[in-house]
Amino acid sequence: MAAGRFFDDARAQWHHPDFRRGARDMAGITLGISAWGLVTGVAMIKSGLSVGLALLMTLIVFAGSSQLAALPLIASGAPMWVLWATAFCVNLRFVIFSAQWHLYFGNLPRVRRLMIGYFAADLNYVAFLNRFPQARPDPRQEPYFWGGVAANWPAWQIPSVIGILLADRIPTEWGLGFAGVLALLGLSYSLLKDRNSWVSAGVAGCAAVAAYALPLRLNIVVAIAAAVAAGLLLEKWLPEKEAAA
Amino acid sequence: MSEWETGLAIVGMALVTLITRGFFLYPEREVPLPAWLKQGLRYAPLAALAAVIVPEVVMSQGRLIGTWQDARLFATAAATVYYFSRRGILGTIVTGTAVMLTLRIGLNW
Repeated sequence: MAAGRFFDDARAQWHHPDFRRGARDMAGITLGISAWGLVTGVAMIKSGLSVGLALLMTLIVFAGSSQLAALPLIASGAPMWVLWATAFCVNLRFVIFSAQWHLYFGNLPRVRRLMIGYFAADLNYVAFLNRFPQARPDPRQEPYFWGGVAANWPAWQIPSVIGILLADRIPTEWGLGFAGVLALLGLSYSLLKDRNSWVSAGVAGCAAVAAYALPLRLNIVVAIAAAVAAGLLLEKWLPEKEAAA
Repeated sequence: MSEWETGLAIVGMALVTLITRGFFLYPEREVPLPAWLKQGLRYAPLAALAAVIVPEVVMSQGRLIGTWQDARLFATAAATVYYFSRRGILGTIVTGTAVMLTLRIGLNW
């Protein structure tokens, strides 16, 4: 009974027009996501993981940056709690993003929130907030979200599995992973809508470089904090209209 | 770590993914965020992207790169020109990657 309703729900989401829109908005960057997935798959094998464990890792962990951070720790035999603490810190940006997810999906049943949370990768978050900048629930949001996941998940997982299986034959020294960076670059440019977004993005970039020496990719958290502060200060002291005049 | 211990560690990492991605989404009650912070978090998505991209372009092995003969700089410049003249993300990726591969393989940069 419950399962039947679950599939009815899933079918309703699938047929919703915003499901397609969510998938389409993600489609432009899937090439970059795939390049990154491929490189991550290769990296897992090169670090010494067995094929079975590498497949397990990509299929259930589903978080590239935390996987890459974990590989040297696994290879050097670090204690399990160090591995988990590292994964948590590398994922701290998601904790920040989740406060916003609550504004949109906080009223859904808990199982649905758990599923949304698990699949809410960086690019799903970016595309979603671009589509729904106003933080209030809307029936189009869930199908849009799942449409994005339907594009993002296979675009990451299929190349990642290929990378695991063909690790020895894929030339990583050409810097293919850079395609992932270029995808993010194009996506960022599409989000630069006004002066404050340019300035806050610039602040984030500089802060990320300046704080690069911090462990566990905490420079990303520092950069987000700096960009939020910069954006708010600009809004307060130098509102857009006055700046234009 | 033995094979099964590593497996357990990986399962734990999957739980970390689940927990962190929905950290404030799972509790029933909304986290009482101050209004200014809600407003300010609008800048977070772009900031997170910039924070990943910029070091990937201008740093290697934890330092700013000291030479202009780096394929990444030219790939980024080409991708930027493409984006602002044509506006497609796919073309941006293809253009940048083409420049990257040409310089890497052709000039060994």
